Amino acid sequence: MKWETVIGLEIHAQLSTRTKIFSGAPTAYGAEPNTQACPVDLGLPGVLPVLNREAVRMAVKFGLAVGGQVTSRSSFARKNYFYPDLPKGYQISQYDEPIVEGGHLDIDLEDGSTKRIGITRAHLEEDAGKSLHEDFHGMTGVDLNRAGTPLMEIVSEPDLRSPQEAAAYMRKLHALVRYLEICDGNMQEGSFRCDANVSVRPVGQTEFGTRAELKNLNSFRFVERALEYEVERQIDLLESGGEVVQETRLYDVDRGVTRSMRTKEEANDYRYFPDPDLLPVEVDEALIADVRETLPELPDEKRRRFEQEYGLPAYDAGVLTATREMADYFEQAVSESGGFAKRTANLLMSELLAYLNKDGLEITECPVTPQMLGTLVARVEDETLSSRGAKDVFEAMWAGEGDPDTVIESKGLKQVTDTSAIEALVDEALANNPQQLEQYRAGKEKLFGFFVGQVMKASGGKANPQQVNELLKKKLGSSS
Amino acid sequence: MHQNTVAEIAAALRAGEVSSRELTEQLLARIEQLDPQINSLITITAEQARNAADAADARLRSGDGGPLTGVPLIHKDIFCTDGVRTTCGSRMLEPFQAPYDATVVQRMAGAGAVMLGKANMDEFAMGSSNESSYFGPVRNPWDLDAVPGGSSGGSAAAVAARLAPAATGTDTGGSIRQPAALSGICGLKPTYGRVSRYGMVAFASSLDQAGPFARTAEDLAILLGAMAGVDGRDSTSVDHVVPDYCEGLNRSIRGLRVGVPAEFFGEGLDTDVRSRVEAALKTLEGEGAELVEINLPNMELALPAYYVIAPAEASSNLARFDGVRYGHRCSEPQSLEDLYKRSRAEGFGDEVKRRILIGTYALSAGYYDAYYRKAQQVRRLVADDFRKALEKVDVLAGPTSPTPAFDIGERADDPVSMYLSDIYTLGVNLAGLPGLSVPAGFSRGRPVGLQLIGGYFDEARLLNVAHKYQQVTDWHKQVPEGFE
Repeated sequence: MKWETVIGLEIHAQLSTRTKIFSGAPTAYGAEPNTQACPVDLGLPGVLPVLNREAVRMAVKFGLAVGGQVTSRSSFARKNYFYPDLPKGYQISQYDEPIVEGGHLDIDLEDGSTKRIGITRAHLEEDAGKSLHEDFHGMTGVDLNRAGTPLMEIVSEPDLRSPQEAAAYMRKLHALVRYLEICDGNMQEGSFRCDANVSVRPVGQTEFGTRAELKNLNSFRFVERALEYEVERQIDLLESGGEVVQETRLYDVDRGVTRSMRTKEEANDYRYFPDPDLLPVEVDEALIADVRETLPELPDEKRRRFEQEYGLPAYDAGVLTATREMADYFEQAVSESGGFAKRTANLLMSELLAYLNKDGLEITECPVTPQMLGTLVARVEDETLSSRGAKDVFEAMWAGEGDPDTVIESKGLKQVTDTSAIEALVDEALANNPQQLEQYRAGKEKLFGFFVGQVMKASGGKANPQQVNELLKKKLGSSS
Repeated sequence: MHQNTVAEIAAALRAGEVSSRELTEQLLARIEQLDPQINSLITITAEQARNAADAADARLRSGDGGPLTGVPLIHKDIFCTDGVRTTCGSRMLEPFQAPYDATVVQRMAGAGAVMLGKANMDEFAMGSSNESSYFGPVRNPWDLDAVPGGSSGGSAAAVAARLAPAATGTDTGGSIRQPAALSGICGLKPTYGRVSRYGMVAFASSLDQAGPFARTAEDLAILLGAMAGVDGRDSTSVDHVVPDYCEGLNRSIRGLRVGVPAEFFGEGLDTDVRSRVEAALKTLEGEGAELVEINLPNMELALPAYYVIAPAEASSNLARFDGVRYGHRCSEPQSLEDLYKRSRAEGFGDEVKRRILIGTYALSAGYYDAYYRKAQQVRRLVADDFRKALEKVDVLAGPTSPTPAFDIGERADDPVSMYLSDIYTLGVNLAGLPGLSVPAGFSRGRPVGLQLIGGYFDEARLLNVAHKYQQVTDWHKQVPEGFE
């Protein structure tokens, strides 16, 4: 039987507000345990939540960016359950009246087409603290620094049909929230977390199969791997006559498997009810208009513009607009280069990305500034440097040896464009390799590259390759 | 001076006839001597009181005093006080000290009031007799065999016993008005949102409201003026202008339309209470008010709706008392579940457990629509009844409680008969309206209260009516025997 995979994602994006969603305590990551929790976060008796308006603005911004409906009135409910890192015994979350309803995100498929993924809703809620099970001699430590950190939960429609689509959606959403500057996207610190609902059904069947919820998918790689494992597990189960049980499963990163956490029967009854401590959230037209003003150019728009304005291929435009920082870097470098977009894109994508990757750095941490890269492009365009020389200069800049002109000067990388000098080198190469010359003339034209190499080597890589080509052609041709 | 009102004490303090320190010492001595009879206080804050009194005296000497500067008062032990324990009448919070002051405490302290101590109360404000306190029952100064009412029983008894001229309380279903009535003093539950709930241990968040106790409506006016106002730390507090509540106290009530709800005079109303309240209504009529018979047709649904909504909210509000971070923690927990179960089983008393169970049930999957949602719908009907009635009349008047104070132990094992004690008060909380109880006589030596109910933020009118009533009656001037 042929199976179809159905996946929906629930993504928790931590909003980059300065303070918590219901208190004035700071949200900064990594402080000493329990130093960033005020009486409200600790759930002391008598304290009350007060909604952070900045979190509301961020949710509105997201709603507008995904073309969703920002509801004029949403509300908070209490989700009741006991856990040591949940100080009040309930989590304040939006339940039946979320702040954003509907919306969509377009993802690119491997065949080059795009697919529209529906967004069901996005709602605001508070994060819980952290339970620390190590280092306490069989006891559990509780750190409430994270308690009350604002989260936006973004729920997709079950529109994703493969683990690859799920990962593409997650990446796209990740880029979007960072573009919008509403989430730092730091997955190590848990600022962007993903749960997945996954089921399989025979191709052609319209109703969904029984789903499992996968927890703890906190990297793009894990999402894909965990889903692949789970899809295979469900298909194997069904094909061997078994049944999928509705349950929550945890992805075990070390073993690469998913395992049951709790079944539907063991699930908590959260006893949701409207939180009487908070008024409904009102979002009026004025606020929406105000937030709309702050919307940046979104990734899809930017990508189309890069294709048109810079004449870049779709692939390049996609890579360069993957993050807002990358796109900004590129645009600054192009401007510095005097408008040579394609060469800037090439250098950025071949050299710069490779180096960033090698050293595990983000574009924002790049030792080569956009000004330096732009100048480098300009030096290639004005023929001061060969492409080969550009790579050397880039390496030197990465190592902190200064801007392109300084490096060119200190390393003597200025390209030789003097025709007579190159001609002398060409003559020398032909004279020094009579055997190859003979073979070439006998029809072994592949040896043309050999002569180019000899000339370039003799010039220390500084001869203008185009001139070398032309002169070689002329000499080899004229002698035949 | 212990027989004097807040207004009289304030005048004496400003005239320099007495210092706040002298007054404080007198009352502390009186508390030491008399409180063992009634058990109205859980914590006495003598040291803090002396310091606050000295500071108030300094302010008074510099001419910087307000109407509450140097005036002693008692806070219900539900209000968090920085540096002084806040027990909420429970073993669960027996050792608990908050690192902050409730807004009410902060505002009273800012006005220069001197806290003498913290009043006994029903555990987590759940009760109508003050018998559910972990710190023992409070006795009614008018009859030591009787309850003072609840849940703010300690506050009411302390004021009735002249241990302080004023106290604070909270009212979720009648917890200020009912003990005020049963203890023969005045008590005001303001409009929901009039006074900040910040730092007040929550029972049922959508119903809880703080308010003052005193012996006269004039004193309530002074106290409310200091307590009321919007608070950035309580989203449900309302940004509504705080008037000078004393200004209109003496306004004539000639032509005032007083609605008398038929439902407040039906079955279950004690005959003595009925006749006292009818006499009080006659008195108002004598002052020129016009009595209008009115109906609140859904009133009989208020009690069942209240006993779904209040426990539902309580079951969630009290989840934080889990033995993990503060409060009672069982000894040597064997597991997380054991920690939760034993800490809560040991820390909470029976009435609290009963309401947590009821509330948890009412919110459970499959029951939510039948109970919680239905109760909220009923709540709207009850509120609509009041709204319609108050379109026809200026205030409503009737008994505060169907009976005078009952004996200690009399209803302790019968929760339903206990709940009936609030039958005329809890509808007011469901609607969020202000309500006031003023002494209106006695039945076999136990006080009876007249309840006045007004429109939203119409506290000034309730105070005006109560004040005019007190100008022509002297129930509030009577003193319980042994507390002269």
